[in-house]
Amino acid sequence: MTESASAPVVSVAGLTKHYGEVEALRGVTFDIAPGETFALLGPNGAGKSTTIEILEGFRDRTAGDATVLGTDPTHGGIDWKARLGIVLQSTGEPGNVTVHEQLSHFASFYPDPRNVDEVIRAVGLEEKAKTLIRSLSGGQRRRVDVALGVIGRPELLFLDEPTTGFDPEARHQFWDLIRSLQREGTTILLTTHYLDEAAQLSDRAAVIAGGRMVALGRIDGLGGDEARIPLVRWRDVDGPHEQRTETPAAFVADLVAASGGEPRDLEIVRPSLEDIYLELVQADEKERNSL
Amino acid sequence: MTAIRSTTTTTRTLGGPGRILRLGAGRAVYETRSYFRQGDSLFFTFLFPTVIFVIFAVAFGSSGDVGAGPDGTGGISMAAYYLPGMAAAGVLLSGIQNLAVDIATERSDGTLKRLAGSPLPVLSYFLGKFGQVLVTSILQLLLLFLVARLVFGVELPGDAEHWARFGWVYLLGIATSAALGIALSRVPRTGKSASAVIVPILLVLQFVSGVYIQFSVLPDWLQTFASVFPLKWIAQGMRSALLPENFAAAEPGGTWDVGTTVLVLVAWLIGGTIVSLLTFRWNRKDA
Repeated sequence: MTESASAPVVSVAGLTKHYGEVEALRGVTFDIAPGETFALLGPNGAGKSTTIEILEGFRDRTAGDATVLGTDPTHGGIDWKARLGIVLQSTGEPGNVTVHEQLSHFASFYPDPRNVDEVIRAVGLEEKAKTLIRSLSGGQRRRVDVALGVIGRPELLFLDEPTTGFDPEARHQFWDLIRSLQREGTTILLTTHYLDEAAQLSDRAAVIAGGRMVALGRIDGLGGDEARIPLVRWRDVDGPHEQRTETPAAFVADLVAASGGEPRDLEIVRPSLEDIYLELVQADEKERNSL
Repeated sequence: MTAIRSTTTTTRTLGGPGRILRLGAGRAVYETRSYFRQGDSLFFTFLFPTVIFVIFAVAFGSSGDVGAGPDGTGGISMAAYYLPGMAAAGVLLSGIQNLAVDIATERSDGTLKRLAGSPLPVLSYFLGKFGQVLVTSILQLLLLFLVARLVFGVELPGDAEHWARFGWVYLLGIATSAALGIALSRVPRTGKSASAVIVPILLVLQFVSGVYIQFSVLPDWLQTFASVFPLKWIAQGMRSALLPENFAAAEPGGTWDVGTTVLVLVAWLIGGTIVSLLTFRWNRKDA
């Protein structure tokens, strides 16, 4: 029992996927611990959705190992699916049913579903509960997708770009929902384009670019300590300069002393998650273009 | 806590026959409700046989009785003559057209993918589809018979034997059509093209199977061609149930040929079921 509690919920090693000649994934490796929220970051076409769909059992892998809740997703049966919650990247189109009908219907598939009205309230659709799904806006439909993903009280929740089309208020409401799932011990695999979302929600993250994993670690440690060293930028007669330094204040003091005046366009920047992410992705692009 | 819950859920199995039936019934209710909220399928499959029947009955209303003997008795109105063909078309459309287009659309709009990620057994999904087809086709035939009886004064059979014959022709016909509908749902590549692919095939079949045109006036080779497909036999079975016995003489062999009807329909039912079971996938998994 203690062993299964500490065993990873998701375990991926050397995951590889070819579509004909195209290598969509080239050896992706990571584990997700029970109760952890793990973010997959990367540009469009990097392989995030391919990875998540292999783990959901929707795609077959070309090579490598994958285990989800102790089962190879290629052979996941009904009992396995009952423990998963899936929010796909694209919205399904059930259309002719109301929000409440759709959720009650899906709740009936699961052995221990959540309360339908509570889930509708949690995604902020209580006023639309009796509305046909085809009459909802894109963002509201996305909330139905999220509600369908959590209705079965999943142990592991897959969220593939869940907040696309959300307004800021809906996004914050979604974050609150995810935090309540985290408190209940739900393990979550999230892909997102919004780095603030990843920073808000996830414990660890992997950055994928061109089908390869270019970084893996705690979200506040991505890219290593090197990437977090503050940057001093200024301009003089020779043009713009930048210098990474652990002691930016001392560096600027030296700069002032040397030039005898106020440096032009001076700024001291602590790289944000977005800066670090872009640097990782661009470094990978450069490397591949030079091959 | 996670570990405790996971061990209890894995020991319980969700593939039992009771659960398959219960979820199948739930699907049937859900599917039937969505069916009647959908404008286009309501017209093209549900009302279609009745609409065509009314057009034919009105258009040929003045042409007098058909099939009368030399003494001028035993004839029936054109409306009565067209009724079995329209009933057969209704069975075919409710099964094949409805399901093939419906499932192809569900495959391309993401509905099947979502179900694939849920613990819904495939068999429950099929049971739901079949339940929807059963309910809608019975209502459809009821409407057709009501219009025929009340508006056009068509005599319906008064004895149990003919209704029993109608019953098994209907059940065998609808089961075969549903199985073929699921099998054919793999043919259209996208949901948008589904109607365009499926409807013409069935339209041709209706013209050569004695639904719109009297079967015996077709050339022999076309009759032979049509006899391979189930609709000809469903229509013939419906005529054997709904027309006076003396009309059997107008059939190709001079009899209703009930035995061959059963044989051909059962063969298509088995074939359709096997193809459905072998080819049905929740989604198009790329290799």
